[in-house]
Amino acid sequence: MKARAADRVATGVIIGMASLIMLVLVGLIAYLLFRGLSHISWHFLTSPPQSIKAGGGIGPQLFNSLYLLILTMLITIPLGIGAGIYMSQYAKANQLTAFIRLVVEVLSSFPSIVIGLFGLLVFVNLFHMKYSLAAGALALTVFNLPLMVRVTEQALNGVPREQKEAGLALGLSRWKTISSIMLPMAFPAILTGTILAAGRVFGEAAALLFTAGMTTPRLDFGNWNPLDSHSPLNPFRPAETLAVHIWKINSEGRAPDAPEIAAGASAVLIIVVLLFNFGARWLGRAIYRKFTATK
Amino acid sequence: MSDTAFYTKDLSVFYGEKQAIKKVSITFPERQVVAFIGPSGCGKSTFLRSLNRMNDVIPGARVEGEIRIGGRDINDPSTDVVRLRQKIGMVWQKPNPFHKSIYENIAFGPRYHGVKDKRNLDEIVESSLRKTALWDEVKDRLHGSALALSGGQQQRLCIARSIAVQPSILLMDEPASALDPVSTAKIEELIAELKRDYSIVIVTHNMYQAARVSDKTAFFLMGDLIEYDETQKMFTNPSNRATDDYISGRFG
Repeated sequence: MKARAADRVATGVIIGMASLIMLVLVGLIAYLLFRGLSHISWHFLTSPPQSIKAGGGIGPQLFNSLYLLILTMLITIPLGIGAGIYMSQYAKANQLTAFIRLVVEVLSSFPSIVIGLFGLLVFVNLFHMKYSLAAGALALTVFNLPLMVRVTEQALNGVPREQKEAGLALGLSRWKTISSIMLPMAFPAILTGTILAAGRVFGEAAALLFTAGMTTPRLDFGNWNPLDSHSPLNPFRPAETLAVHIWKINSEGRAPDAPEIAAGASAVLIIVVLLFNFGARWLGRAIYRKFTATK
Repeated sequence: MSDTAFYTKDLSVFYGEKQAIKKVSITFPERQVVAFIGPSGCGKSTFLRSLNRMNDVIPGARVEGEIRIGGRDINDPSTDVVRLRQKIGMVWQKPNPFHKSIYENIAFGPRYHGVKDKRNLDEIVESSLRKTALWDEVKDRLHGSALALSGGQQQRLCIARSIAVQPSILLMDEPASALDPVSTAKIEELIAELKRDYSIVIVTHNMYQAARVSDKTAFFLMGDLIEYDETQKMFTNPSNRATDDYISGRFG
């Protein structure tokens, strides 16, 4: 009887904690959407911001966030997965690899403002990249790489040893076994890590202040030549992202509708992150099904 | 007597400092079944895994002595281990089909080894599944997931997968110990069929199974080969006291 009572109490407490977290999350999203949704319109999403007048939009910032995400992931995903494969499958268990693992851990707990300063000193100043999307993408890569490496390593380590041995026993080379047997099985976990990394790119402001910059040049969305300084695709132009824009408007916005714009931009940011999450998961499931022939 | 398929001479295997196999010499006859028996931890699986160098995967594992297959020592640095393993199929205790379709599980190996033609691949898939008596059960869902099969079917699929790359030797590490009696019987029937084409080594915990399926039996104890002889002699009139004790169930 006593054991049963204790069990019931524990179950209640655990359910209570889970509900509390759900409540906080739902409340947060609902509040942001409630405050921001009314301000979102096609005009808001597509037009450039105004510094003094009311009625500014977030078009370039939204584009910058998405474009920076793509650039960052183009660098982060191959590097992170490659290093993760090395750490999991090729590196011998010795002091050097233990040290590399430690470095990766430390790097992932760095404050993002410090990464931003590092980006300013190295990419912006030393490599003369100026405030640019490229410098921002590299800073975010430094920021995200540890996560990608660790997730890939753990995902591959989670593949049962018999699967790897089955591949090797068939006379497959080590690389073929990793790429065709193990990576498909590790794919869902790696995808989850990628989504987490992408979410951090959307949300990050501090690391971008001094790397991607706090301004956006006037963009000509009809100009798709990536080398032209007015082209939105030019990776060497400064780019204020949505998260940086929210921070800037809230701290020094002079437009009369600054609070509404910040609220609207926050809602947009949340919606984009959610859309991206669900989209990536849906796509991931589809790919995984194709790999594994499951229904 | 039949020809020799391969043999080991003074084979020792170490895991770090610990010696798991102590100078074991065994000659494996061609197209016969050799069973390894012995209590847990006696080294029989370790011995089996050294025959296709699967212990390479385990950090700290080290091999001394000779394993000669086709005259060549497989632990020689010049050995192409990928080629070697293609010639030696392996089946594990727990069925481990790839997380792919039934068809892909079998076609994957041959395709990698150079069979590109779709019709040839189809033939290999069908003949491998027929040899393992699986064809009639799965021919209508070849492109469904292999994981949807029952445990016994998965194990036969794994055997089909390994013979699809045309090995000459099959290593089986307790292939039926995770299966129900009906599936076990099917696997044993299959082994009797397969030995017409392959030299088979099977590790088993089940002494009745060893008696049923094997031509020769090796008894291991603490990394030593205690006795190796014709199965019938081993089970009726073993020369060694320890073998007798183990087989008659006095320990182990």
